[in-house]
Amino acid sequence: MGRGSLATRVLGGTAGLLLAAGLYLGLVVVPPDAVQGDVQRIMYVHVPSIVTAYIAFFVVFCTSILYLWKRDLRFDAVAVSSAEIGVVFTGITLATGMIWGKPTWGVWWTWDARLTLTAILFTIYVGYLMLRAFAEEPLAGARYGAVLAILGFLDIPLNHLAVYWWRTLHQPSSILRPGGPSVASDMLLPLAMNFAGLVLLSTYFLVERVRLERLRHRTAEVRLTRGRRG
Amino acid sequence: MKKRKLKYLLAGGIVVAALAGMIYSGVQESMVYFYTPSELVQKKDAVQGKSLRVGGMVVERSIRWDPQTLLLTFQLTDGQGTVFVRHKGTAPDLFKEGAGAVVEGTWTPEGFFRSSNIMAKHSEEYKPPAHPETLESKKELFKSILKEGKP
Repeated sequence: MGRGSLATRVLGGTAGLLLAAGLYLGLVVVPPDAVQGDVQRIMYVHVPSIVTAYIAFFVVFCTSILYLWKRDLRFDAVAVSSAEIGVVFTGITLATGMIWGKPTWGVWWTWDARLTLTAILFTIYVGYLMLRAFAEEPLAGARYGAVLAILGFLDIPLNHLAVYWWRTLHQPSSILRPGGPSVASDMLLPLAMNFAGLVLLSTYFLVERVRLERLRHRTAEVRLTRGRRG
Repeated sequence: MKKRKLKYLLAGGIVVAALAGMIYSGVQESMVYFYTPSELVQKKDAVQGKSLRVGGMVVERSIRWDPQTLLLTFQLTDGQGTVFVRHKGTAPDLFKEGAGAVVEGTWTPEGFFRSSNIMAKHSEEYKPPAHPETLESKKELFKSILKEGKP
């Protein structure tokens, strides 16, 4: 019970190898951008990170609905674990975005719709984790958390469309856009490898984190039954 | 029991939809991140002295830069209106003629926009340079400089 299964360790190892190869290709091998030069290579971390965060929050969204519906704590374990992963990758997106913004836009931060909605997304799910941590009655915390997680997810489609609906400093999407990606084909390979690597890494994190959460549930159960007997 | 649940779901759905609608329309009205030059030209009296942003294309051959006084002037356009901008200080590297830019500042009674901050916009297209810098190309450049440098 102390360590993950062989399959999960293989999963983690594959993720590491993919990321190492993708980062090497993106940061060293492929040519720099014609306009921005080498700083544009931040894209190979920035873009896969936010898409991974979106997927993690989508998992939170689905499992929160399932938890409210079935009241099975296994769904809640997946939701809270995936929320932590999403928060980490949203944080990485915000940090790399600022580092990319300063040399290109000229500012670390500006309150346009895209940046603001990403900051709100980060705040919503940090709030979710705080609510889960501070809830005195864990089952009530799970219920309220699920409602917050479901409503908070609406920020993501809004954020994706923000660059089309409103004027922003942030450029529109380069990958998920009408008419296909606007990234040169040489640059797409490391982008895809890093994305696949991050998705595998998140899956690895999720499996391990859910295992911990289930152990936590079991210890709580044991404590409760002992308390009753004593 | 089932009917009751449905009622709650319906009520909840209406509340969420109303909230989403309010946020959307509120954001739509109050969250204009930048004005276009033609919008600013239209309502310049109403916004005089207020801090705001203008975004557009930097007009070709409009940039003037005085390294002594650090005064940078240029024009921003959206094809219909043009705004004259004065800025004290430097601009980001990607700021150039024919490219997009967003400036923060105020509209002055003298009829120009006083910028306190320039932000360069860039496109979502990424591609390698047409003539990639190789070791060979750098050697060639070095040689040509040496030749031209000789008296």
